[in-house]
Amino acid sequence: MNGAYLLSQIANGLILGSMYALIAIGFSMIYGIVRLINFAHGDIFTIGAFATLASIAVIQAPFPVVLAIVLVVGAAVGLLIERAAFRPMRGAPQVTGFIASLAVSIIIENLAVLTVSAQPRTFAVPAYLNQLVQFGTLSVRIIDIAIVALAIVLMIALVLFVRFTKTGIAMRATAENYDVARLMGININRMIGAAFAIGSALAAVAGLMWGTKYGQISPLMGVLPGLKAFVAAVIGGVGSITGAVLGGYVLGMAEVLFVGLLPPEFSGYRNAFVFGALILVLLVMPNGILGRSTEQRA
Amino acid sequence: MSDAMKTRSTFLPRFVVAAAIGAVLVYLSDANLNPYILSIIQFIGLNIILAVSLNVTNGFIGLFSLGHPAFMTIGGYVTAILVIPAERKAALLPDLPSFLAAQEWSFLPALVAGGSVAALVALIVGFPVLRLRGHYLAVATLGLIFIVQSFAVNMRGVTRGALGLSGLPELTNLWWVYLFCLVTIYVCWQLKHSSLGRTMLAIRENELAASCLGVKVARMRILSFVLGAFLAGIAGGLWVHLVTLISPSSFSFILAFQIVVMVVLGGTGSITGAVLVAVVLSVLTQLLRPVEEAANAFGASQMIVAFVVLIVLITRPKGLFGTAEPDLVGWLLRPFRKSKAA
Repeated sequence: MNGAYLLSQIANGLILGSMYALIAIGFSMIYGIVRLINFAHGDIFTIGAFATLASIAVIQAPFPVVLAIVLVVGAAVGLLIERAAFRPMRGAPQVTGFIASLAVSIIIENLAVLTVSAQPRTFAVPAYLNQLVQFGTLSVRIIDIAIVALAIVLMIALVLFVRFTKTGIAMRATAENYDVARLMGININRMIGAAFAIGSALAAVAGLMWGTKYGQISPLMGVLPGLKAFVAAVIGGVGSITGAVLGGYVLGMAEVLFVGLLPPEFSGYRNAFVFGALILVLLVMPNGILGRSTEQRA
Repeated sequence: MSDAMKTRSTFLPRFVVAAAIGAVLVYLSDANLNPYILSIIQFIGLNIILAVSLNVTNGFIGLFSLGHPAFMTIGGYVTAILVIPAERKAALLPDLPSFLAAQEWSFLPALVAGGSVAALVALIVGFPVLRLRGHYLAVATLGLIFIVQSFAVNMRGVTRGALGLSGLPELTNLWWVYLFCLVTIYVCWQLKHSSLGRTMLAIRENELAASCLGVKVARMRILSFVLGAFLAGIAGGLWVHLVTLISPSSFSFILAFQIVVMVVLGGTGSITGAVLVAVVLSVLTQLLRPVEEAANAFGASQMIVAFVVLIVLITRPKGLFGTAEPDLVGWLLRPFRKSKAA
């Protein structure tokens, strides 16, 4: 084990963490406002990846345009799901929403298998994104830098939006206290819609990143990253955006280092490690790193 | 006589009669039907076992667990390893620890052992995990599926890794499935209408009030979780000896969803509902399969089921029967009784 190896592992953890963080933000925002764990969130990640593939292959869009398309598609799908499945059962017990989101997830996955087939597809990215850049002993591809940079830009934009714009403040008020926010004249439906749209758009961008980074996408690719991003959101403290970001990076880094630093016979236990970590975090600090204890979880 | 006592006192005679009629039907179908239809009937029976046993955890006490496939995987592997003949085991699993390699159990004790190991795991996992609530518990138990799966993939000496164990002896038949269906329904019914079951329902309705009345909430939660896991382990053992194959991906979280759907649609806590929906859903899936194949639209049946779930959740959030056990026999016999009175 040498320094360069460790450095490249840390870089990988940072990249994986960026993607987890972007997905986890959506989990956290939606949970913060409607107390729903949206199981279909991982599938929006998949849709984002396929939207990227389609816009590259079909209309040969340049990369910034692709990014815009993916953001819009993600937001639209998020809004659609909220309107069609979750709004009609608002006010029902938490578990009802959870099962509904499982149902939505199964519908999306099967729809994807039916329309684009379960075959994994290769992802051709523009050549300039694959160029290597040398940082001392560490060599990374342009795309790696782009992923981390884009994730950070999006996260800063989101934090600024939530902190300083009128809509952002209204969203925080809704998350703080649903009923009082409504009494203050905030349009709750719009706030919930906004949470779904923003969260889903970010998850879709994570799908774009995943596809360009790993070069292969399939209709069921979103299941595990989606679940792991939920773990990340829990580690950071569900309901808190900065917590989700922190949780995403902690989990991404921990997962990569677990695989990279331990002897190879342990690397197969990667998923066991992630979910074991979830159970441990829920027991030791049920509110996560940055979450506040506003309700009973354990 | 209170309603609960009435249900209990009329249950046993009815159960015996129904079991006897069922036995005759099983005998007749075993003798007359072709193996394909028989295997479908057995899957229906397994779904009944799974739905009713999950109902103990999710319905009676209100713990939202998705962990059934994990316990089925454990039960399936344990049963399979115990019943595979020693010489085949030597070829299939050369690295098996010697104390396991020599075992050649008959089916019933192996099934019970599979269920017991699943129950033991549930007991160990239950202590930390059952402190969680609502969908935190759901996700933790979902994580359990992935944890068990990665152990099954990686413990190659015992499980043969991702290849799985194939060519298992075809031990499961309609009689075994029927027997365990009866056991499951009987145990769960008696449990629900005993003081223990009432305690569980009380915890579900209001945990604080129940614990104020002296209910040991944590103990009851573990008990229901362990019982559900035991039955799931047995169902897993039966399942793998029906399809004669077990691999780490045999029981996925899609299956967890399907079982949960049976419980939720039937009404959380209603055994009648769980049985009914298990039968209807299994038959529906089987009927849709040829359509799916003809239209070359694989996955369409899962989508249809998911749509039905959404519609039921929107229109009947408590499921078909809530916690009630509707008197189906009386309802079926009503036209005859009326004519007698007239």
